[in-house]
Amino acid sequence: MSTDVLTQELQQGFDCVYEKPDTLTDTRFHYCPGCGHGVAHRILMETIQELGIAEQTVGVAPVGCSVFAYHYMNIDMQEAAHGRACAVATGVKRVLPDRYVFTYQGDGDLAAIGTAETIHAVNRGENILIVFINNAIYGMTGGQMAPTTLAKMVTSTTPYGRETDWIGFPLKMTDLVAHLPGAYYVTRQAVHTPNAVRKAKKAIRNAFEYQKLNKGTCFVEIVSNCPSGWKMNPSDSNKWLEENMLPFYPLGDLKVPEKA
Amino acid sequence: MIKGYIEINKDICKGCELCIEACPQGSLRLSTHINTRGYRYVELVEQNCTGCTNCALVCPDVAITVFREQKPKKAV
Repeated sequence: MSTDVLTQELQQGFDCVYEKPDTLTDTRFHYCPGCGHGVAHRILMETIQELGIAEQTVGVAPVGCSVFAYHYMNIDMQEAAHGRACAVATGVKRVLPDRYVFTYQGDGDLAAIGTAETIHAVNRGENILIVFINNAIYGMTGGQMAPTTLAKMVTSTTPYGRETDWIGFPLKMTDLVAHLPGAYYVTRQAVHTPNAVRKAKKAIRNAFEYQKLNKGTCFVEIVSNCPSGWKMNPSDSNKWLEENMLPFYPLGDLKVPEKA
Repeated sequence: MIKGYIEINKDICKGCELCIEACPQGSLRLSTHINTRGYRYVELVEQNCTGCTNCALVCPDVAITVFREQKPKKAV
């Protein structure tokens, strides 16, 4: 192949500007092609590597598509029962207060079965980072309706679209926790374009830096896609996300610390 | 223009084509070959890569490593 020859020729005089972080293991992701989980894993682990806190960080994995997060993240990880990641993280942080603790949860885990744990953990102002991946669907079990599913959105359990008059309205978890006094930094980001990825990474970095201050819970929502659950190809799913998800889940900071 | 090139780990690429969309130079395309998992992987075809890292930023499988030309040292 001509590109291989080219590659060898160009080796000298070039710097590596982007490579896989050491905090990710060599295990191949099991996610569907185009899934936002891979990007979210990567920016989280890159941030941990850049801050040099891999040895002091404990992650809590959820139940859902990202249940095998502990296979991919090359740091101390703990698996939690479905929805209980915030409760487990509370325990870890209280026993080891000098560690950075984060949970990584999807919308079925955090917004459905784990609502109580999440709200009370934030209300107590636990010094943890909650990373919330919102793709508006239960991806792992076959694309059923989640609490965050948009109105009129077709899923396998709402084949005619989510009818809000008897199924209810989508839950804005991030807006809900932003009102709680224990929340210190609450933001909503996305990973569908290179710029959005840069901003999301910056938000995660801020959240880890705020955790040093012991002021309260940091909550980062990442609006993501689910090509398999939405029955689209990856690029269409990103377009659909931009046209339908982002008007309802607008990106930006919902609560930022007041400057002293 | 700054030159760059990327290396794609073809065994972990799943051919989602997000990098092809993200590339401002249009340097990437899907290969006609398949990898060991049965996916058509992405390859660098044009030599106008600038090493902007957009493809690596959107890659969900961390398959892309980006290299960029060193900046020429300024004369003192």
